[in-house]
Amino acid sequence: MAHDITIEENYRMPEPVRAGVETGSLTRIIQELVFTVDHKKLGLMYIAAGLLFFVLAGLLACLIRIQLAVPNNHFLPPDVFNQSFTMHGTTMVFLVGMPIAFGFANYLVPLMIGARDMAFPRLNAFGFWVFLFSGLFLYFSYIAAPGLYAAGAAPDVGWFAYSPLTTKAFSRGHSTDYWTLSLLLGGIGSVATALNVLVTVFCMRCPGMTLGRLPIFVWCMVVMAFLVILALPCLSACQIMISLDRYLGAKFFDTQSGGDAVLWQHFFWIFGHPEVYILIMPAFAITSEVIPVFSRKPIFGYPIMVAAVVAIAFISLGVWAHHMFTVGMVSLANAFFVTSTLLVSIPTGIKIFNWLATMYGGKLRFDLPLIFCIGFLFQFLVAGLTGVMLAVAPFDWQLSDSYFVVAHFHYVLIGGLLFTIFAGIYYWYPKAFGKMPDHTLGMWHFWLFTVGFHITFLPQHFLGFLGMPRRIYTYQADRGWDTMNLISTVGVIFQVAGILFFVFNLIYSFIRGKKSGDDPWDGWTLEWATTSPPPEYNFAKFPEVKSRRPLWDAKHPEDPDWKHE
Amino acid sequence: MDCRATDAQPAEEIHRIADMFQPLSRPAELLLEPTRLVLLVSLGIFIVVLAVLVYVLLKFRPRSPEDHLEEPPQVYGSYNIEMAWTVIPCLIVFVLVLVSSRSIVEIQNHPMPEDALKIRLIGHQWWWEVQYPELGIMTANEIHVPVSTRDGKPNPTHLILESADVIHSFWVPQLAGKTDLIPNRINNTWIEPFKTGVYLGNCAEYCGTQHANMLLRVIVQTPEAFQKWAENQKQLPAEPQEALAMKGKSDFFDLSCISCHQIDSTPAEGVFGPDLTKFATRQTLGSGVAANTPENLRNWLLKPDALKPGCYMPDMKLSPQQLDSLVAYLQTLK
Repeated sequence: MAHDITIEENYRMPEPVRAGVETGSLTRIIQELVFTVDHKKLGLMYIAAGLLFFVLAGLLACLIRIQLAVPNNHFLPPDVFNQSFTMHGTTMVFLVGMPIAFGFANYLVPLMIGARDMAFPRLNAFGFWVFLFSGLFLYFSYIAAPGLYAAGAAPDVGWFAYSPLTTKAFSRGHSTDYWTLSLLLGGIGSVATALNVLVTVFCMRCPGMTLGRLPIFVWCMVVMAFLVILALPCLSACQIMISLDRYLGAKFFDTQSGGDAVLWQHFFWIFGHPEVYILIMPAFAITSEVIPVFSRKPIFGYPIMVAAVVAIAFISLGVWAHHMFTVGMVSLANAFFVTSTLLVSIPTGIKIFNWLATMYGGKLRFDLPLIFCIGFLFQFLVAGLTGVMLAVAPFDWQLSDSYFVVAHFHYVLIGGLLFTIFAGIYYWYPKAFGKMPDHTLGMWHFWLFTVGFHITFLPQHFLGFLGMPRRIYTYQADRGWDTMNLISTVGVIFQVAGILFFVFNLIYSFIRGKKSGDDPWDGWTLEWATTSPPPEYNFAKFPEVKSRRPLWDAKHPEDPDWKHE
Repeated sequence: MDCRATDAQPAEEIHRIADMFQPLSRPAELLLEPTRLVLLVSLGIFIVVLAVLVYVLLKFRPRSPEDHLEEPPQVYGSYNIEMAWTVIPCLIVFVLVLVSSRSIVEIQNHPMPEDALKIRLIGHQWWWEVQYPELGIMTANEIHVPVSTRDGKPNPTHLILESADVIHSFWVPQLAGKTDLIPNRINNTWIEPFKTGVYLGNCAEYCGTQHANMLLRVIVQTPEAFQKWAENQKQLPAEPQEALAMKGKSDFFDLSCISCHQIDSTPAEGVFGPDLTKFATRQTLGSGVAANTPENLRNWLLKPDALKPGCYMPDMKLSPQQLDSLVAYLQTLK
């Protein structure tokens, strides 16, 4: 790189010397992982654990697709199929999406705001271990939980667990308890981490890093943390209420004793819809960092981009009942939720337009992070538009709970979130490991996964139009669903191949990748101003910030940003 | 397995492909207007944004390795442009809100004529109970309704939706969008089909193990055929004459079939399973899992779990003789 402005050698502190165990030994590594309170290690552990659960959830998805490849298939019995989609959904939302988002937040927020660690390092470690334990606990149900038909039954109530399916009468055994307790536990960890992010951003910014100069990544993480703190406690309350219903004779949702099934839906979606935006915030965050750097231009319209995420988060708190257009609400309530839901599309549209405007007039560099972000832009465009369709209640009456919905939220969460997670991993891989990710392997990953993704999920829109409901373990041969289901399953093969390239790339580049240097992408945010990987203390001397792109200022003293902001 | 209906009724056209874009009934047809609008708007936005994306990617792609030595002009934003792409979406949203609201009110608050046929549809794990309170008819998994006419007096059917256990959802895409069947609640919807035939639907809310095989048929008939069907349903089935069927009848009452099933004017008064009074007039068994043929029925009685794993009908460990006699008896219930 032309500009070498990383911190000078004399700013670095000597490595702290620890007595006892030899450096590099297995014991030492395990000790480091278990006892660490370093935000970077915890961040990487969050992402690694998230990817591990991603592989598990992916395997479950493979089972689901194999079962649905042909009509009247006997590959899986219905109870195993139902457990599979329940575990797949729960895992992807709570054990993949959120932990990876927290991983990115943990790793990058302190670096980007010029802090030495998170505000509460021990709380941070607590959050991680609670999350990991909750995930393992959930999967332990496969071994331990007695369910409807046998011992060793995972939860089978669906990831939104509509009551009264979760009451004792319809969910005998303990598989549902594993679900409730695991999410209760995970919720505690999530709230702790979110609180930590907020305190870190509000109290630990380096000199000159005003809120108006925060990288948009950090803004998105702040908004995400706020949403977590507002939404997750609702979920925890729901889980406690189910447990009270099941074990202490409460009757919140137990319809057989006069409880209310729709109440659960309200409570759950008051959590559940902000949750969707919790999951998409990291996508906004990563895209807003990658697109400027790889277009060589500052983000277009910083203030409105920040305002848009705040607006999206705010509106997202008032749209929950668009998941419930079919429960028979009065027409006024339906119209209200149509309106609030459609309002979300305005700030979301602004974000897409501003990303395009950022690329416009720039000099694009088609490296892996940008390529995955372009995939994201395309898929998120489709997802946004199918979202608008679902917001129109009359259309939703047809499409709700159909395969169209399945296609829609996979375009949001796979086409949107997962693509940006890949972009983020490739973008910050050199920072975390000091090695460049392999471009060729990454391109194989991109094309196989993208093609597979569209082959799998595009036909599902049309299955919805043809009346195929979601969560059915089998279907009859003459409903017009056979061909598209088969195509959908074939796409999985490509996706699996893509993921194999991804995993191989991570390992291969770690061992064989060429050294990246501290700032391989010629970035502008503070994390590129320290070494790769950064030392435990991040910055020996707190950087001073005068604009939104401190490293641009350092690299272009003739035309710094602060003259324009 | 084959589930093609092979019953005694005049061959009705079966609309197998439940395409929501080919509605043959009123609420589904009314849904199409906002649906078409939002599809059109979305397509427009998709094409414009995609065109811009492709243009940007081509126009600003790297042209030579030296291209990156110099940074492009730094543009920080433009309030005018941002204002434009805030206001235009606002207008689009405004239109969509108005059109959706009108359509919601039109469908949800649709006045039902006094004499509209009323049907109580009660969801069970995993079958549909169908009651015609005014006609005194009780059946299962198949709804018979008269056809309506586009011109002249409409002939809608009012569906009253309830549930006996968990949440289910009524969805026959060519007739109407979804409405849930929720325990402790009464929901309403209506259909007004313009074309005779058999319409297929599924339960559309996950309701447990056999959610997939909770299939529903709506059989739309001419008013005369419907009248004939209704008259027949109200009459008790003739006493079995054949020896085998007579033995089947006594088997039916000796075994515990009657704990769950009902046959009018007999001691069989169970309410846990479907009413069997007119069982042989139905097209399918097991809530659509198989066609109602003697062979399928025998397999079903032999081992319900094989056709519909996890269903609540128990394997009664019937002997081959009992199976034959029960099948013969059940065939007489028409």
